Amino acid sequence: MKTRYDIIVVGAGPAGSTAARYAAAGGASVLMLEKDRDVGYPVRCGEAVSHEGVIQFIQPDSKWIAATVTKFRLVAPNGKSVVPRLDGIGYVLERRIFDYELAKLAAEEGVEVVTKAYVYDLLKNDDGVVVGIRALIKDEKIDIPCKIVVAADGVESRVGKWAGIDTTCHIRDMESCAQMTISGINVEQDVLDFYFGDDVSPGGYLWVFPKGKNTANVGLGLSVEEAKKKSAIKFLREFIEKKFPNAAILTHIAGGVPCAKTCDRIVANNVILVGDAAHQVNPVSGGGIISGMIGGMIGGQVAAEAITKKDLSHLTEYEKRWQKRLGWRHEVFYNIKEAIASFSDDTLNSICDSALKLPEEKRTLGGIFRAALWNKPSMLMEVAKVFVS
Amino acid sequence: MAKPFLMIHIRPGKCDYCGCCVGVCPEDAIELQESKIAVIEERCTNCRKCVWACPWEVIEFHREGIKDLPKEISALDNLQFAHSLK
Repeated sequence: MKTRYDIIVVGAGPAGSTAARYAAAGGASVLMLEKDRDVGYPVRCGEAVSHEGVIQFIQPDSKWIAATVTKFRLVAPNGKSVVPRLDGIGYVLERRIFDYELAKLAAEEGVEVVTKAYVYDLLKNDDGVVVGIRALIKDEKIDIPCKIVVAADGVESRVGKWAGIDTTCHIRDMESCAQMTISGINVEQDVLDFYFGDDVSPGGYLWVFPKGKNTANVGLGLSVEEAKKKSAIKFLREFIEKKFPNAAILTHIAGGVPCAKTCDRIVANNVILVGDAAHQVNPVSGGGIISGMIGGMIGGQVAAEAITKKDLSHLTEYEKRWQKRLGWRHEVFYNIKEAIASFSDDTLNSICDSALKLPEEKRTLGGIFRAALWNKPSMLMEVAKVFVS
Repeated sequence: MAKPFLMIHIRPGKCDYCGCCVGVCPEDAIELQESKIAVIEERCTNCRKCVWACPWEVIEFHREGIKDLPKEISALDNLQFAHSLK
């Protein structure tokens, strides 16, 4: 380890590794710190991504692909289901290997990586300007100076707060999640299953994602407003007992997903936020791997440019580029999420019925969406915005 | 506003350290490490958002306050841990 760096990245998830990789590729000296002893573990994720999303950053490799999926199945509260056609394909990842590979790509660009390194505060000068981080590395307190801090510290992010950004997620927008990886079950390997309704996950959804032969990630997320009444783990246990009573439980994990708009500010006081820490999550799907990596890439590039230019005020460019690339889209998706969450079980059932009446070639996610629109015309304007640009 | 004593208790052995509670805490009052977690007493306002957010129901709210610190040794360690950093 050096005594100082241009950029320190806090957190070695997909967003952190991608930020580190692009910052180093842009010529900066970069250190990436991970609080856990391992990159990629524990996995707190449903692990599904689209092929188009992932190839922007890494070539698909069988060693981190647990299943290749070609279909969605949306299951209505009454048990009827519709299987929309998909244009592309998707993958269910082995995140513990995937995250390793992303960190290795960063290392190839010259990034130094240290695990079991917990950042507990920011280093500030007498004027309150951030000039580094304070870490507990393998139980030893160390201060490391740097010019820019990239906060990729996940849903539990505190680095942004220390820089003066309010990153607290409203309880309405935080999805409280529980997931079990279960085995010994019969599960189709090419379908992503989504269950909706008040019995499984009011206002949210429950997923069954294939994870290789006889194995699946079964999890759910629901808004903390709902979780207040009944917790994620209770919903999950009930579903698994009913649907997969004899399954072997290989892992069971908790998690939180900030299904919100991007934080109002993602740049402040020489600190930039990327990934879950910045709330760079698709609010409808809760997916944050690819969008976090896109945030990481833009953040890493802009940080390197700021170092080269010797002008840290350049960091504000990150906010602009993110907003133009995905931020605006997430704002639209947020409004759609609000509408979907308000659907009653009856509405969801009738959407499914309308979708089943569509001829097969029109049974796409878009087609189902149009069916949904009949039930919720106010969504129309929001949806139009997504497709117009 | 001064509060009498800590009312939020995270059951240390049961926690998965997922950070969902930290994400909703408006006071930056939860310290979370790889396998350590603690409420920073001076900052906690007992708002209970962490209790509601916890996917596994391991955060408890004690209306009467926690008069006796939890018996679990790790909980005491964790409290000291949270204080030692600031």
